[in-house]
Amino acid sequence: MKREKGVYGKLFISTLKLSAGTFGGGFVIVPLMREKFVTELRWIDEQEMLDLIAIAESSPGAIAVNASILVGYHVAGCLGALLAVLGTVLPPLVIISVISGFYGVVRDNAIVNTAMTCMLAGVAAVICDVVLTMGAGVLRERRLLYPAIMVLSFIAVRFLNVNIIAVILVCAAIGAADTVLRRHGGQIHRKAVRRP
Amino acid sequence: MIYAQLLWSFFQIGLFSIGGGYASMPLIQHQVMDVHPWLTMTQFADIMTIAEMTPGPIAINAATFVGIRVAGIPGAVVATAGCVLPSCCIVMALAYVYYRYRGLDTVKGILAALRPAVVAMIASAGISLVILAFYGQRTLPKDLGGINYISVALFGVSLFVLRRFRVKPIYVMVGAGALGTLASLFI
Repeated sequence: MKREKGVYGKLFISTLKLSAGTFGGGFVIVPLMREKFVTELRWIDEQEMLDLIAIAESSPGAIAVNASILVGYHVAGCLGALLAVLGTVLPPLVIISVISGFYGVVRDNAIVNTAMTCMLAGVAAVICDVVLTMGAGVLRERRLLYPAIMVLSFIAVRFLNVNIIAVILVCAAIGAADTVLRRHGGQIHRKAVRRP
Repeated sequence: MIYAQLLWSFFQIGLFSIGGGYASMPLIQHQVMDVHPWLTMTQFADIMTIAEMTPGPIAINAATFVGIRVAGIPGAVVATAGCVLPSCCIVMALAYVYYRYRGLDTVKGILAALRPAVVAMIASAGISLVILAFYGQRTLPKDLGGINYISVALFGVSLFVLRRFRVKPIYVMVGAGALGTLASLFI
């Protein structure tokens, strides 16, 4: 692929701006990235971008970071991926560093303290909202396996103090075993076709 | 030594938070409160509040905040690098695999089984935050009477507004902060 002049600088500045101006995490930044790289800069075509987003959302780590790695790599190779990650990570790094500088002083202020406590009630509500929406999605699944995993994981983490990472690994193993069993049962066919 | 601990802790957070955003919250809580004595529950709740109000992924915000408190600016850089490192390796590898063998059933099966577990973990961490908001401590006290009624009211109104009108989280939080502060001045 022929790289246009100044692509590295443009890539870095684009990801920097996207990261600095986006509140609300991965699911907000992804459509904005699509807007920037597909519609505005025309570096990636629509279908490719959808594939990249699917990979970003199903990989571990922050979705915004994953998406910028993929876009950067697609546009300008390994150096591109590195620059895109730097651009995505720098704004929160700088902003939080500055905030934590006067966090200690401000936190002891009575009014700030009250405001933080009240905002926490708001944050707790936001998280409950997320859980309700995601939980309802799981309960709507046709197969009983998924609600069962949800309930058992909750009991394990909340009441039995099982290590979170252990729960994740066990559930991943269940998912893999389930796929293998269903394949043997003929419920899914091998669709993966090796590309030429 | 402290740098190695920061790097390893946030490497694990980066490696095991699947689904982005809130999925990293229980892992961060586990690493910075249970495994290492880096933050108190109040500080953890503060960083979640700050992370919601500032741009950038929650995990990166938390890494910076914890890193800088534990080991200054270099600590922040190390923690952030640790958080991003697993993504860099895994995303690249997955992209390669994906382009060669599109639509891997096993990968899909694993992800489908992980999603309910992630919801359960977010729910558990969310309950801790609700208890903290209502009682000012991480676990339920023996005497349930010492509840903060302003917080309960703000929580109720926030949840209603979020579910009913799909208001953006940032407005809900700032609104809760402003309303609660005003209310506490007059009560």
